[in-house]
Amino acid sequence: MGANSVATEGESTGFAIHPMDQFVIHKTFCTDDKATALNECTQNIQWYNVTNVTVWMAIAVLCIAGLLILGTRRRAIIPSRTQSIAEMIYGFIYNMVEEVTGHDGVKYFPYVMTLFLFILFSNLLGLIPTSFTTTSHVAVTVTLALMVFLGVTILGFIRNGIGFLGMFWVSSAPLAIRPILAVIEVISYFVRPVSHSIRLAGNLMAGHAVIKVIAGFATLAIASPVVVGAVAAIYGLELLVAVVQAYVFTILTCVYLRDAVGGAHH
Amino acid sequence: MEGDIAEMGKFIGAGLATIGLGGAGIGVGHIAGNFLSGALRNPSAAPGQMANLFVGIAFAEALGIFSFLIALLLMFAV
Repeated sequence: MGANSVATEGESTGFAIHPMDQFVIHKTFCTDDKATALNECTQNIQWYNVTNVTVWMAIAVLCIAGLLILGTRRRAIIPSRTQSIAEMIYGFIYNMVEEVTGHDGVKYFPYVMTLFLFILFSNLLGLIPTSFTTTSHVAVTVTLALMVFLGVTILGFIRNGIGFLGMFWVSSAPLAIRPILAVIEVISYFVRPVSHSIRLAGNLMAGHAVIKVIAGFATLAIASPVVVGAVAAIYGLELLVAVVQAYVFTILTCVYLRDAVGGAHH
Repeated sequence: MEGDIAEMGKFIGAGLATIGLGGAGIGVGHIAGNFLSGALRNPSAAPGQMANLFVGIAFAEALGIFSFLIALLLMFAV
């Protein structure tokens, strides 16, 4: 899904703005006169270049820090609006971690909270028109999912030793089918980071592309009033998807964490 | 592979991969519908099962997302 293929596809379709153009990574502080997605700014991006991904990630981090710092600066018995938002998010995630992973999992709460806030704010900031959705890129979500996967695996071996492998050996099943179940369990364990990351990126990317595809129909003058309504409706749906996907990513992290913390029984 | 036939195969394959969406739709609808029928029988137990509902939906949806992934790979990576 590189910038090249997006740009070349764009010429053959009838869209004025190609629906996938919003996902093109380009350098910030760089202007190019060429109108296509394939220009100076999208080529030869090095690791030290500031791109729209880094800019919007930084904005997400600033928003999170701002919310939590402003929310807890003037702690009052009767909370202000910012304070109650910060407290609600904190309490919600804390309860979730305690409920799903149990009492032993609570010490990993800061990591889960960080994940949730980062994904939530990236998703929500991506909904601002002309902004960039960092979590719609597989590279970003794979990094998040692999950190969870490797962290959980290492943690499981540290806490349970070699007994962590016992979770693949389903002791409640009849002995004859246990080897088959073990193979299935191992496969499903290694598919976890794939589905964990693609779910987030796929949902975000598909949703944003759908908005752009429907908005593209607005060039047909007779359809434009319908299109405005449809885009507004899908925008509302996307707002729901943004929050639900952040929640799903976090609760799956907790479910995976339970395997490592709670030992072999699952 | 190159040429028009390969290009056509890509598009047909990507289109066929979207059939997987139907399976994900059936799965998610099944979970949500059963949750609702259970929740209407015993509304007091429903809030405690919200987490299980979302985890179930996420697992059912994952397989639909794999078909989406295959469509994307065919379109942009093959």
